[in-house]
Amino acid sequence: MSIKLENLNYIYGTGTVMNVQALKDINLEIHEGTFIGLIGHTGSGKSTLIQHLDGLLKPTSGKVLFNDMDIFSKDFSMKDLRCKVGLVFQYPEHQLFEADIFSDVAYGPKNLGLDKEEIDRRVADAIHLVGLNESYYLKSPFELSGGEKRRAAIAGVLAMEPDYLVLDEPTAGLDPKGRDEILDQIAELQKRKNITVILVSHSMEDIAKYVQRVIVMNKGEIIFDDEPKKVFSNYKKLEEIGLMAPQITYVMHELNERGIEVDKDITKLNEAKDAILKALNKGKTND
Amino acid sequence: MSIIKSDGLTYDYIKKDENDNIEEVFRAIDGVKLEVKEGDFIAILGHNGSGKSTLAKHINALLIPTEGTLWVDGMDTKDETHLWDIRQSAGMVFQNPDNQIIGTIVEEDVAFGPENIGVPTQDIWKRVEESLISVDMLKYRNHSPNKLSGGQKQRVAIAGVLAMKPKCIVLDEPTAMLDPIGRREVIETIKLLNEKENVTVIFITHYMNEVVDADRVIVMDKGKIAMQGTPREIFSKVGELKEIGLNVPMVTKLAYDLKQSGLDIKEGILKVEELVEELCRLN
Repeated sequence: MSIKLENLNYIYGTGTVMNVQALKDINLEIHEGTFIGLIGHTGSGKSTLIQHLDGLLKPTSGKVLFNDMDIFSKDFSMKDLRCKVGLVFQYPEHQLFEADIFSDVAYGPKNLGLDKEEIDRRVADAIHLVGLNESYYLKSPFELSGGEKRRAAIAGVLAMEPDYLVLDEPTAGLDPKGRDEILDQIAELQKRKNITVILVSHSMEDIAKYVQRVIVMNKGEIIFDDEPKKVFSNYKKLEEIGLMAPQITYVMHELNERGIEVDKDITKLNEAKDAILKALNKGKTND
Repeated sequence: MSIIKSDGLTYDYIKKDENDNIEEVFRAIDGVKLEVKEGDFIAILGHNGSGKSTLAKHINALLIPTEGTLWVDGMDTKDETHLWDIRQSAGMVFQNPDNQIIGTIVEEDVAFGPENIGVPTQDIWKRVEESLISVDMLKYRNHSPNKLSGGQKQRVAIAGVLAMKPKCIVLDEPTAMLDPIGRREVIETIKLLNEKENVTVIFITHYMNEVVDADRVIVMDKGKIAMQGTPREIFSKVGELKEIGLNVPMVTKLAYDLKQSGLDIKEGILKVEELVEELCRLN
């Protein structure tokens, strides 16, 4: 099971004087069961890329293959694809439209033609997964806080039970606790159901904490595609293209410059703590 | 002299049914006493729903207190005759730059405010130029705003507020939608305005590392001021902040964890260089 992008190009406004090449020769394979981070400055092509994953945009040239099937071939079911690849856009709460939360989350499954029992189960599961509960079923979206609305909107996509879940900055504008809760729940879901999650984020800290693989985009091209440690060790290059490394990376590099030997590739809090304690203790026993 | 002052500031969101009967009252701000001096750089933190944005909207008289009073530059916001003076004294910048840019080219957008209050044309040109210089966007004056990056758009929005020559700028999560460099551009711009032009800044954010250079941090919880102090004082209280749904900058957390593990380093470390300095001292 995989999604493959082959020699993919996308140009906005083809045939006009305003044409902009948003994606340049993208080759990418996304396997099932991984947590992937997608980063890049504003306008680097991230959103254009993810819209290709469920066929919302048709490449100007190149192919999108879902399980080795060209998604734009005649006998491919686009509806099937959109059930399997769930897309959560930026500010998804703007898309809540039903009178109550239950109906809103049920909208997708209902359109799949599932029976009532299955719909109820999926809605209950999805609402539970995002950290809400039964007391929200009959509430109007207007009664919810920003964070709660965001969760309800994400639940609507989860209720489709996708194999691939793509989230475009799901935590923008949320407070730190809300941020951690939503991402923790998504990470747990990813592990438990072994689905693929693609997280678009501007928070390098979150990328370092959650993902197994980072894809970095710049001017429509993929410039890094590797595990977070390896990507963030190129922090100078990242800064040149409008990104940064997590604060921890800077601490580790700076310590090395000043003669305290620690692993420069560490990006996580706990690993940094252990490495620093070890390095300082070693210094003492040598004295 | 204080530019913003409030006493017993309280605001209720009231929900009414079809017959205009009150169904529910939600107290978003509850008796806030606040004083901001001219030239201060104040950061406001708090979880979603803690009352930050409601408070911010009072400063520019978008909301009028249910109880208590708020004065902007000595003017009571309840007094409607001062409404336009208040809005000119305290400008606001919101989260999403796309919702607040209306001009088709940058300089036109920046000129919108002064034009509306009847500033003479020659002065408008001068103000637009000065404002764009302040946010380092002069070379984009003839560009279309929708071709700019998020950080650049937000700086144009700030220039639009500056063109009104406000004494105070309120920024409600101006960096929430920006990439890391865009965030840094906006923060640097705000700091510069505060230092060089002595504009009072009230800055609301969820990114803890953006407030380390503020003069004072105010932490809101349940409509009240829960904590107040310098960034160092506030970020020393790692546990308390966590309880009200906030955290501290990553480097502060690392320093805190190291101290908990027995390292003898100072409290409330805010920057990478500080931590490195402390660790080198121990080595």
